[in-house]
Amino acid sequence: MTTSSPVASAVAPARASGLSFGVLLFRLRALIALFVLIGIFSILSPSFFTRANLIILVGQTAINAIMAVGMTYVILTGGIDLSVGSTVGLAAMMSGLLINRGLPIPPLGVAVYFNVPMIIVLGLCLGLLVGAFNGLLITRFNVAPFIATLGTLYVARGLAQLSNDGATFPNLVGKSELGNTGFPTLGAGSILGIPIVIWIMVLFAAVAAFVASKTPFGRQVFAVGGNERAAELSGIYVNRIKMAVYMICGLCAAMTGLITASQLVAAHPAVGESYELNAIAAVVLGGTSLAGGRGSIWGTIVGALVIGVLTNGLVLLGVQEFWKKVITGLVIILAVVLDQLQERLQQRLALKRA
Amino acid sequence: MQQARPEAHRTVLVAEQVSKRFPGTLALDRVDFTVYDGAVNVLIGENGAGKSTLMKILAGVERPTSGRLLLDGSPVEFKSTREAAHAGIGIIFQELNLYPNLDISENIFVTREMTRTGVVQHRAQEKVTRDLLARLEQPLEPTTLVRDLRMGQQQIVEIAKALSRNVRILIMDEPTSALTAAETEALFRIIRDLKAHGVAIIYISHKLEELLTVGDYVTVLRDGRLAATAPAASINISWIIDKMVGRNVNAPHHRARTVADDSDQTVLEIKNLSLPRLGGGFTLEGVSFALKRGEILAIFGLMGAGRTELFECLMGLHPEASGQIRLGTRNLRHEAIRQRIDLGLMLVPEDRQRLGLVQKLSVAHNITLANLKRFVTSFWISERLEMEDIRAMMRDLAIKTRTPQHPITSLSGGNQQKVVVAKSLLTRPKVLLLDEPTRGIDVGAKAEIFEIMNRLAEQGLAILFVSSELPEMLTIPDRILVLSKGKITGEFSHDKVTEEALVLAAGARQQTEHPVPANRPNN
Repeated sequence: MTTSSPVASAVAPARASGLSFGVLLFRLRALIALFVLIGIFSILSPSFFTRANLIILVGQTAINAIMAVGMTYVILTGGIDLSVGSTVGLAAMMSGLLINRGLPIPPLGVAVYFNVPMIIVLGLCLGLLVGAFNGLLITRFNVAPFIATLGTLYVARGLAQLSNDGATFPNLVGKSELGNTGFPTLGAGSILGIPIVIWIMVLFAAVAAFVASKTPFGRQVFAVGGNERAAELSGIYVNRIKMAVYMICGLCAAMTGLITASQLVAAHPAVGESYELNAIAAVVLGGTSLAGGRGSIWGTIVGALVIGVLTNGLVLLGVQEFWKKVITGLVIILAVVLDQLQERLQQRLALKRA
Repeated sequence: MQQARPEAHRTVLVAEQVSKRFPGTLALDRVDFTVYDGAVNVLIGENGAGKSTLMKILAGVERPTSGRLLLDGSPVEFKSTREAAHAGIGIIFQELNLYPNLDISENIFVTREMTRTGVVQHRAQEKVTRDLLARLEQPLEPTTLVRDLRMGQQQIVEIAKALSRNVRILIMDEPTSALTAAETEALFRIIRDLKAHGVAIIYISHKLEELLTVGDYVTVLRDGRLAATAPAASINISWIIDKMVGRNVNAPHHRARTVADDSDQTVLEIKNLSLPRLGGGFTLEGVSFALKRGEILAIFGLMGAGRTELFECLMGLHPEASGQIRLGTRNLRHEAIRQRIDLGLMLVPEDRQRLGLVQKLSVAHNITLANLKRFVTSFWISERLEMEDIRAMMRDLAIKTRTPQHPITSLSGGNQQKVVVAKSLLTRPKVLLLDEPTRGIDVGAKAEIFEIMNRLAEQGLAILFVSSELPEMLTIPDRILVLSKGKITGEFSHDKVTEEALVLAAGARQQTEHPVPANRPNN
């Protein structure tokens, strides 16, 4: 005889509270993983939990985190942006060009030099432009986001290389007679003892998190990712939302490019290669669903920190570079597996509640 | 035809006290169902009565939440369709599960290809296929691609596929819905032949007369419960309808309203609306009507009559449509959905899950989705303003949830529908478009939806309402338009409408029509 489930359903209410605590732990898994990793590395390496190392760690993380913030928006709508790494390179090269050569205007035979704040603004505008190009391909020409941004990945990288015939723009310190000095401060300076880079990350994350949870735009991003057609019938301009998220993503990538160029005091055309994968990994680790509609900016920041801690800690422990890759990869896979488990757990809970 | 006597058949499969719970609904509630071999076991019920769920449990697609299945008297548990198929249970789904890019024989042998040392034996497969098709009186070439077959022929391929697996129990879900009269006749001959070979058939259909022609035992489901079961010989159509509809006290009543007669109360006017169909012809052709303030106008029609498309045209989803749509004093031409909503037009779509709700958002956020701008103070959404509207709506429409922060999927179908209605009402529409608003929700929730509609109409809202359920047509609307093959074929005021007239008008210009009984009880 098979015994079937009337008994089980009677027990369910008693277990429900325990289960939802489980769900809570599950949702905070990235944060828990972060603390566990910090604990492990602190024990294994005395130099890990020091102020100097933590500032280095967060600074390294910031570059990826800023990109991942933009990527989170894109992924929340159910899209993907593979072109961010190339946008990093393109923005870096543009800053190099503007500082070392200025904006050449061939008919007049002169070049216009901008001051550093202007260069940053122009760099960010370039990011918006790349994002708009992606958005246009996706919304007007119905190209799948994966393909559209894959194309842009090549185009933007090619343009970055063309900008100086594949060569590096070195020594981006500017000249005082041109009024464009001070670019390295962006990457190397600090305010209140904390690197500017970290401040930028906090600013980007705070604004993005606020916009995502408190503004109509943020709500609509989740709705588009959750059910595009229902969102459309509710009067949401789906195409505008999509356009906007790719532009935001481009802007964040350009910011990363400017910071990288500033830190290196040079713009190399290959900078940012494969950065898109780090950004996607941070988003996924942070619990944002690749299917769209579910996730958070803070999750992404935690995800970027997990990758940062892992990388930094493994270096301190002297783990070989190749093993580092294997471990990072396994952590990402684990994150996605756990994500699937959470999905199923929540469905089961919904069933019990009904 | 001759009806089988009950004692002539042996029980093969029994579903005992089977229940199935989905998030938000109890689809089946302790249902008993007996399948006799060598007989046609008919399963019938209205939309959402639980037929499909029961069938999926029998075929191993779904597992029951409680209860059990007995095959030849011993309990069985099917974890997959594969296990059910192994036990001799085959199923032909309403949406055919064929691969259009493969040929007939490949479809029949898919996943169980005849192989020799790993290589598919196409010749052998084609021979078996040819024999099967001959048995089914279908002289089709086994190498014909399925995409080149008509719907009826594809149905035959599904049957052949089931037969090739030596089924003892064959489940057919609305097998004749896409068939011509001749093909239906052929199918019935096949069914009789199968019966003679001892195959038990579970037959699901909405066509009542067909059921009595082909059926031996009839089981009626209503709202997830077993309503009645009887040998076909002992019953008639009015018995079936009686059991299907039930005599429930919540049956909707017409609310007397006075709809103004003067034309300056017209809020929506449609003139000569046409929507061309891909590949020639029209989905909608020359549709004209007007809707007044405080009026409930129903549109009745069969599947494919163009009802949903009419609503889509009104919301601007078909830029290729021609004709005039006047909302208030404004002619709508290229307005986006948002602009139409702002002008006072709002749609509650038929497919709640696909078009109405964002499943990943909470109840609260679904309710306010179409109205976010209204809550913005400076740059952000004021939670206080938002909650005020959410609470008001949950109170007005009696949306039952412990907190509005719960996921929308935790609500019952009826409450989910009320959430979609709430979202629409918050846009303060002048004209509300309701596409099958009672589909898939229980009787109590249906009554509540009608109550809401009546209340809104009294407040002056104009409601355009699509339904395929006759009882709703007779009680709710002030006026009824009948749509058939894209044309308006009838118009009735509430006091002059009869079921016969509606059915007649709905079937106009259609060759094969459902036989719908005229003797449906009015309660």
